[in-house]
Order: sequence, then structure tokens, then C-alpha cells
Amino acid sequence: MLRVDVSKQLGDFSVEVAFTSQGRVTGLFGASGAGKTSLISMIAGLLTPDRGLISVDGEMLDDTSQRLHVAAHRRRIGYVFQDARLFPHLDVRRNLDYGRRMNRLTSDAAQEARLNEMLNIGHLLDRRPGQLSGGERQRVALGRALLAQPRLLLLDEPLGSLDDDRKAEILPYLIRLRDEAGVPMVYVSHDADELRQLASHVVMLKRGRITAFGGVDVLPA
Amino acid sequence: MFDISPTEWTAVLLSLRVAVVATLVATPLGIAVAWMLARSRFWGKPFIDALIYLPLVLPPVVTGYLLLLTFGKRGLVGAWLYDHLGIVFAFRWTGAALACGVMSFPLLVRPIRLSIEAIDRRLEQAASTLGASPWKVFATVTLPLALPGILAGMVLGFAKAIGEFGATITFVSNIPGETQTISSAIYSLISTPDGDAAALRLVIVSVVIAMAALVASEVFARRATRRLHGN
Repeated sequence: MLRVDVSKQLGDFSVEVAFTSQGRVTGLFGASGAGKTSLISMIAGLLTPDRGLISVDGEMLDDTSQRLHVAAHRRRIGYVFQDARLFPHLDVRRNLDYGRRMNRLTSDAAQEARLNEMLNIGHLLDRRPGQLSGGERQRVALGRALLAQPRLLLLDEPLGSLDDDRKAEILPYLIRLRDEAGVPMVYVSHDADELRQLASHVVMLKRGRITAFGGVDVLPA
Repeated sequence: MFDISPTEWTAVLLSLRVAVVATLVATPLGIAVAWMLARSRFWGKPFIDALIYLPLVLPPVVTGYLLLLTFGKRGLVGAWLYDHLGIVFAFRWTGAALACGVMSFPLLVRPIRLSIEAIDRRLEQAASTLGASPWKVFATVTLPLALPGILAGMVLGFAKAIGEFGATITFVSNIPGETQTISSAIYSLISTPDGDAAALRLVIVSVVIAMAALVASEVFARRATRRLHGN
């Protein structure tokens, strides 16, 4: 369960958002500049709210009244960025392995094999990020985030930088992850069709405020 | 003509030792200072910035004299080091290394600072969401990505250290076998009758060392840059 009740002033723009979601995939929907990225940056711990609280599965991660702010690296919240952000100095194998090494997790060959198969990245392991296509990069970024064994996965427009063909290529992987990986997700998008296919709950954002909350039926046609 | 005498060899080897030690000791410090200047904001930062670049613009003899005042046996820091730790810089090769380290520090820091400033900080954010503590982010992302700048800084610093003259001779004098580096040996030779041939040999040696350093830095930088573009 994800509970968010925060406010944050960013220049002359402010985010003031409160919602609780039990959903397997919570969609954050809104035009660019609606505050979607600011909001998930707060959930990830990369940005500290001015006021409010954030909790995941009952564990408090931010509570400004208690001066509590759990650092990003201690949250076990995965983050897939729009621009993949693979480490350019590491090959794909070591990019995938990064989270496991940082969290000192034991190597889980079965999970690795399953993810390699699920994301179809097994043949890319020895390549460097510069030798991957946009879609391949994004699939590796998904695998990298999941192998750190997060309790929640944030996806910030993971298809945003891809053309329509590439989007169509990745979307089935995301649907499979949702159904098989067993990690709750927050999925940010400005594309209603994408969310209709993926999300179980939708939070609609406009200028830093929630305008609607509910099932996928709240999405504009 | 190309018979390098034992005294000349001593000067060459001493120069190499001084420059290597100066570079190796200054590099970790240079990385720390470059990181601080690139990343943190603090009161007095412009002052620290200016202080580091000072040896580049001050007359070397002034830097050497300031070192003598500070690290000489009766100097503020020098006396303490001698009394408590038995460390002496004045008129020793270690003093030459200190002078070279100080003189080359601005050249060492600048490329490192630029390469840290050029790092995409979003990669560091990505690392922290994968569970890396700030130290681990630094060790596994920032440092490897800054490597071309670190190597470039080390080579520049080394080249400067091996050619340093003014501050070294002021601080530790020109004692054959202890503080007489290539530069001070050349200086002595050209003011000695019949020293021209020996001086020319040392000039050739220093040109060769400088060229080798520059070529090495080019090779390192190219290799590292290719690596960093993820190819």
C-alpha cells in the first residue's frame, strides 16, 4: 500500500497531493508540467517534501512532523527513468548486477534467468549501453531496477523517449512484468492509452493538484 | 656527447622520484578538492579557489620563500613537524617533492574539477535508487566517470613537477644528490665553464620525459573517453 500526503513548493509551482493506493499499478496521469516527476521523486526520496508524509506498506519513509526522511538508497524503491540512465562505464551485465552488489543481496540465478527471458535481454549482457537501441536500453533499465529487489517500482514515462514502434515493442514486457514480477508499480504517463492497458488505479494530476482518482475509467477518452 | 655522467643520472632519477611522489601524494588531495569545488557550496569558496590557483600566478621564488617560512625547520608548520614527528622538508628531497606538489596542484585540480562538473548527476541519482550510499555512489559512479580528468590532471601535474625550478631551488636549494633536480642541474651546468654539453644532454632527457608524459596522457584520455561513451 502506498500512502502519499505531501506538499512541496518548487519556484512558483507547487505540488499538493494526497492519495492512498492499494493498486498493483497506480497510474499517474497528467500533461507535462503537472508535477508527476516531482511527485515520484519525492516517493523515491530524491526530493524532500516541505510538509507531509509518505509511507509504503505501513513503513513511514517521510514524515515532516517527526523530521523523518529516509534516504533514497535505504528505501528499496526502484526507479526506471525516461532516459534509462544506464551506467556508461559498465557493460549490461554489470549494470544489471549493480543493485544486487549495492544491497549485498545474494545472487539469484533463477530470478536473473527469468528476468533475462521475460525482458529478452540475455543476448545483450556483454554489450555496453552505447551499443544498445533505445528499446533495449529501457528493457535493461527495467531489469536493473527489478534485480535490486525493490518493494515498489516507479516508472517515469519509460516509453516517453521511444517512437511508436518501440513503444509497441516494450509495452508487452511491461504488461508481463505487472502480471508476473509481483512488484507494485507507480506508472507515470501522459498517454491515456498506455495507462488503460497497464494501470489498475489512476491519479489524475493538473498543475500540482489531483483532479480525479479512481479506476481507468477516469481517464479521458 | 650522449655519455650521461653519474651526477647527471642522479639528477634525472631524483627528478623522477620527486615528480612521482609529488603526483601520487597530491592526487587524492586533488580529487577531494576538485569534488568540493565542483559540488559543494560553502562560505569562502572563492577564497579557497583563488588560494589553489595562487602558485600559478605568483612568482615561483615567492612560493618557494613562503614554503621556507612555513615548512622550514623554524617555520610555523615545519618546527611542529620536526619536534613531534621528526619530519624535515627544508633542504631535503621531500621538500623538493612538497614544492613540486604545491606548484603543480592547480594544474592537477583543474581537469579533475572539469570532469566532475561534466558528470551527469542523474546517473548518481539512479545509483542511489539502486541502493548505493553516497560513498558508494562516489566510488562506483563519480570516480570512474571522472577518470579521464583524473589521468589528465595527473599527467599535467607530473609534467609541471618534473620541470619545476624556482620554488624548488628557493625552498630546498641545489644540493647534488639530495635536491638537485634536472632543472637545477641544468641551471648549475650552464653557469659552469664547459658545462654546455652536459646541460644539452639533460635538456634532451627532459624533452623526452615531457613528450612521453603528453603522449601517455593522450592515449589514456582517448581510451577512457571511449569507455565513458558506453561503446
